[in-house]
Amino acid sequence: MASITLDRVGKTYPGGGQAVTDVSIRIADGEFLVLVGPSGCGKSTLLRMVAGLETISTGTVAIGDRVVNTVEPADRDIAMVFQNYALYPHMTVRQNLAYGLKNRGTPAAEIARRVDEAAAILEIGAFLDRKPRALSGGQRQRVAMGRAIVREPAAFLFDEPLSNLDAKLRLSMRGEIRLLQKRLGTTAIYVTHDQLEAMTLADRLVVLNGGRIEQIGTPMEVYRRPATTFVAAFIGSPAMNLIPAQIADGALTVGGVRVQLPLPSGLDGPVTLGVRPEDLQPRRNGGDGHLTLDVSYVEDLGAQRLVHGRIGGHAMVCTLPAGHAVQDRLFLHADADALHLFDVQGGRRLT
Amino acid sequence: MKRTIFGNQVLPWLLLAPQLVVTLVFFLWPAAQAIWQSFLREDAFGLNTSFVWFLNYRALLNDGDYMAALGTTAIFSVSVAALSMGLALGLAVSVDRLVKRAPLYTTLLVWPYAVAPVIAGILWWFIFNPTIGILPYLLDRVGYDWNHRLQSGDAMMLVVIAAAWKQVSYNFLFFVAGLQSIPASLREAAAIDGAGPVKRFATITFPLLAPTTFFLMVVNVTYTMFDTFGIIDATTGGGPNQATTILIYKIYADGFLALNLGSSAAQSVILMAIVIVLTMIQFRYIEKKVAY
Repeated sequence: MASITLDRVGKTYPGGGQAVTDVSIRIADGEFLVLVGPSGCGKSTLLRMVAGLETISTGTVAIGDRVVNTVEPADRDIAMVFQNYALYPHMTVRQNLAYGLKNRGTPAAEIARRVDEAAAILEIGAFLDRKPRALSGGQRQRVAMGRAIVREPAAFLFDEPLSNLDAKLRLSMRGEIRLLQKRLGTTAIYVTHDQLEAMTLADRLVVLNGGRIEQIGTPMEVYRRPATTFVAAFIGSPAMNLIPAQIADGALTVGGVRVQLPLPSGLDGPVTLGVRPEDLQPRRNGGDGHLTLDVSYVEDLGAQRLVHGRIGGHAMVCTLPAGHAVQDRLFLHADADALHLFDVQGGRRLT
Repeated sequence: MKRTIFGNQVLPWLLLAPQLVVTLVFFLWPAAQAIWQSFLREDAFGLNTSFVWFLNYRALLNDGDYMAALGTTAIFSVSVAALSMGLALGLAVSVDRLVKRAPLYTTLLVWPYAVAPVIAGILWWFIFNPTIGILPYLLDRVGYDWNHRLQSGDAMMLVVIAAAWKQVSYNFLFFVAGLQSIPASLREAAAIDGAGPVKRFATITFPLLAPTTFFLMVVNVTYTMFDTFGIIDATTGGGPNQATTILIYKIYADGFLALNLGSSAAQSVILMAIVIVLTMIQFRYIEKKVAY
């Protein structure tokens, strides 16, 4: 059990590539932190720096009170679950679980006790004497988890552990990981590119882009108040609509419609307006402050309908309840607090 | 595996024909001839031939020189396989650790394999030549009198080094490929699991290389038994006092130099049997233990 502190951490590769820039995060003891971002955003590099598999170019990483920049991975008191599980193929499940403990000189009786305990928690007792190749994907995933928990480490590091599983299994394993981490109370850092996984697992999530932090916050904070257009577009499915708008004389104009919105003073000129598809409510008639959507096509998802269309030439998606009739044209309204304004240049949040 | 059903009964045989013809003409036919010849006794000019059943074989088993060649072959074979595989593994592990320039080293290290056995033999013959060679000159400075023309041990060492040097490249390539097929995350997982570099190699990397090692063992033994003739012929000519006469060289010496065709044929049949039996043992008993 320990907190993890990243202080202005950066990673520069020998070729000059800058993978991670100036990342500072404080992860509390027992917290489940998710690093999320598109491929190449530096999230795995960051995790591997915490694990000790990559050197740290600048800044410091501390586990508990100890700065671990130059500490070997083995001595950092962490356990990692890899994307491809990295189970030792020539060892049985039992040997896989025991390997880390054996290397540390744990007494045989203690190893047996911990392996049995982990096997019971993860329900892998039935195939302790099989080799990994005789296991299904889900079972391998459990063994990989087991190998992490037998060590009773200060922190778990997960590197996209669910991305090799099929959709259904991913869902159930996601729940199990969450329950297990809460039950053990071990600090966890979890890397994923799947925003849904990030939202559901995280106590707090860190959205990374181009090696920099875009936003840190609880899933709902990040969802409700995205700090940048990048976060707005990345978190949430379907993605938030981002369309150009104008502010003139304290009023917002989008697609030729003036929208009533309490604007902070001093804003003028072009902005990017963000609105989530589910925050757009259909109205029977075009009225004051209502947007007009020219419908292109409709996707039926069962529980809801996704209506794709254009407002003033810009693509827009809105979510309607199942069975809601859609004509060629749709009048939409959004509450003022559901509208997000972003800077056109930097994409930073203005309101 | 996908099963293809041919409607035409002739086509599959036509497709197999090139390989079958090569096998028939260059392997099965000569092998059958050798077996037939091993039962014959023939004078040097082929004028008088008599069928003698197993006389050639019986003579060999009572021949001290032949038994000595068997022992020499065993020592030679094990030494060459161990030396070349050990060196190759060391080099492969070193190259595998390199981030930059690994392809360059790999390319350079593969070159010896492209050298013909006789050329390799002559190369080492020059290096180790007691009169003009560089190594005996250097060894002389540290007080060692190298002379493979007189010393059996020196001669054996020379042919082992020359034969192993040629095979290092081949083994190296397979070890590099084997190492690269081990996912990096396995070694990383082991590092996190508290295994140092040496332990990691011993408990993870080497066991995972076992199938490669096994395959190379089979190939190397076959190589030492058959393909080393050129090296022996170019360096020591089987001497001194038959110290480096391995089975394949004795077949040549008895058959083509001494013109005892029947005995030579019988020896090649025995050599063939030895290699077949060794390979079968290796596949039967060892392969099961190395698979994971």
